[in-house]
Amino acid sequence: MDYWVKFIFGVYPYLAGTVFLIACWIRFDAEQYTWKSDSSQLLSRKYMRVASNFFHIGIIGIFLGHFIGLLGPHALWQALGISDLGHQYLAMYAGAAFGILCLIGGTMLWMRRMFNPRVRAASRWMDIALLSWILITLLAGLSTIFVSAGHAAKGDAEVMLALSAWAKSIVAFSPEPELMLKVDPIYRLHVFLGMSLFLFFPFTRLVHIWSVPIGYLFRAYQIMRARRTA
Amino acid sequence: MKVRAQFALVFNMDKCIGCHTCSVTCKNVWTNRRGAEYMWWNNVESKPGIGYPKQWEDQNKWRGGWTVHNGRLELRAGGRASKLINIFSNPDLPEIDDYYDPFTYNYAHLQNAKLLEATPTARPLSQITGEQIEKIKWGPNWEDHLAGEFESRSRDANFSAIEKQIYAQFENTFQLYLPRICNHCLNPACVAACPSGSIYKREEDGIVLVDQDKCRGWRMCISACPYKKVFYNWESGKAEKCIGCYPRVESGMPTVCSESCVGRIRYNGIMLYDADRIAEYAATPNDMDVYQAHLKIFLDPNDPAVIEQARKDGIPDDWIDAARRSPIWKMVMEWRIAFPMHPEFRTLPMVWYVPPLSPVQSQIDQKALPTEADGVIPKYEALRTPTRFLANLLTAGDEKPVREALNKLIAMRSYQRGKHVEGHQDMAVLDKVGLTQAQAEAMYRLLAIANYEDRFVIPTSHAEIPLEDAYGFQGQNGFTFGNDDAVGISPVTLFPRRRKETVEPKEWAPLADEVITK
Repeated sequence: MDYWVKFIFGVYPYLAGTVFLIACWIRFDAEQYTWKSDSSQLLSRKYMRVASNFFHIGIIGIFLGHFIGLLGPHALWQALGISDLGHQYLAMYAGAAFGILCLIGGTMLWMRRMFNPRVRAASRWMDIALLSWILITLLAGLSTIFVSAGHAAKGDAEVMLALSAWAKSIVAFSPEPELMLKVDPIYRLHVFLGMSLFLFFPFTRLVHIWSVPIGYLFRAYQIMRARRTA
Repeated sequence: MKVRAQFALVFNMDKCIGCHTCSVTCKNVWTNRRGAEYMWWNNVESKPGIGYPKQWEDQNKWRGGWTVHNGRLELRAGGRASKLINIFSNPDLPEIDDYYDPFTYNYAHLQNAKLLEATPTARPLSQITGEQIEKIKWGPNWEDHLAGEFESRSRDANFSAIEKQIYAQFENTFQLYLPRICNHCLNPACVAACPSGSIYKREEDGIVLVDQDKCRGWRMCISACPYKKVFYNWESGKAEKCIGCYPRVESGMPTVCSESCVGRIRYNGIMLYDADRIAEYAATPNDMDVYQAHLKIFLDPNDPAVIEQARKDGIPDDWIDAARRSPIWKMVMEWRIAFPMHPEFRTLPMVWYVPPLSPVQSQIDQKALPTEADGVIPKYEALRTPTRFLANLLTAGDEKPVREALNKLIAMRSYQRGKHVEGHQDMAVLDKVGLTQAQAEAMYRLLAIANYEDRFVIPTSHAEIPLEDAYGFQGQNGFTFGNDDAVGISPVTLFPRRRKETVEPKEWAPLADEVITK
């Protein structure tokens, strides 16, 4: 047990992170033609307005929430006058709100991908596997809220602090996997599923996240390209 | 003044016979692939009809092209921020059924069926799912020759401000063919709408292309093009569009649709224009004035000032010469018989159209229609197609230029008929429409005879200017097989660089000037 906890929470994050960065680089460098959002809106427009927007807004909210909540320095929360318990309630409510948004949208997208004949026919197995994986990760994440609520009711923010400390230990390159031994297995499951997404990332359509077209806001409308080099 | 050259086309609708040879050759060359089955970079619509995709001209529905807001040009569906907000789900994106569900037939069944009482049939299969389709409900040319009930076809946007019910009657029916490709616009909305900046206009010839490596499939171009001539490949997840057959055009050959046109209705040539005035003219406040503004953007290739500036702006002399001999210039500027389609979309399209005459021969023979003095060629008022319909299609509803063009075409015919049938040259008909005899002869030569070398005046691209390494380019003809030549690729790479297609000599021959100096 100890061996596996050490591996999954001490080594696996670096494995996943390394594959994530290097494989993305390789794919961006050598396989531009495959770098895309892979939209299937052309094949079926029905419910996409709700499904896709809910899913994306939800998942972006969740990502930013995890990023700030787990990696934000403790001093930041103190400076903002948020207690540890307050932080935990904030995380639970925000997580639940965005999580449910994402779950509704994601389930609609999953139903569409599985049962709309056109979308299903155009899907690659990775599209179905990826969306399913995201939904399972999401469900695991949403179930941790109930456990967290139990802790919070007792005024206990220890688990949240342990998770945050673990996440910080990973990015600080001094992993403390033993912190994860203290938490409920559901957290461990969720973290494992979530980290795996980084491992899959370069091999799926997720690479479109790198290409958020922020530059569009600042460029001129018309683009000319000249072939002459001189 | 900034002079640029544009590869432009004119389609003479008067001679289009709706044979779809253009569509089929284009399809065979470019879009006979998975994910592209439903794409017709070239299609021919029977008008009046709602077209392909359904009701593409109705911008209240699709919100394509540009509008003018407080004197400023803006994409009709909203600017940059709105594009990003709608990126997860584009509210204006057509669905595959707006084009049609691409289909083939189960031909194998004809050979594999067991011995039956009834003849086996090849039932339709969807080219997306591979499943059998119970009933084909729509196709790429479903309204061919006015097929379907008038109620449905009369949703054609060009019926605006026309009392259309009388055209529902069989006796008043009219029809024209509208061949369509990408317009390679001067002010393309697809380029402007692309969040990843993958669509661009080539500086040398103005052909609009999608960089397949840089496209991320945000699909804003599909809805932004008011002509719906950018398509989404559902297999590759990338946008695709008419490439103006650039590998052919670069070699001085016409596009494949133009080359194969049976009726010789297509003209390819060069137009010089002032790139500094695009935004100003495209933002002309009144829809009806955009056509006139568009005319003003073209530069006279015989004007010494234009030639001097063109040289300064790097336009090769043979291109300036081609612009001088351009069939497009003659029809668009000199004779004013060709018009841009839907100038009110404000993209400044560069495929122009000669409006069709539509005489009713049997009624003329019965002297039931008003004719010119020759007693044979009808007046424009007597044509079946309402001028207003053509004006809605070509000049945002301004009938006067369309009427003048039709009268010129009629006068030219009348003059030629006099010459060849009656044996006398009737100058009066030409004077009435302001044509000289020389112009009428030139018009006749270009429109009626339509010799290959008159229709296609295409200078070759100067590949030697940008090409540093002609050996490496050898045998490629401008094509790559994806994952190549993208601006998005960083020059720093961890991995072995892709090698050129050809073997390079180990020892280079000395350059000519090196030999001379030695």
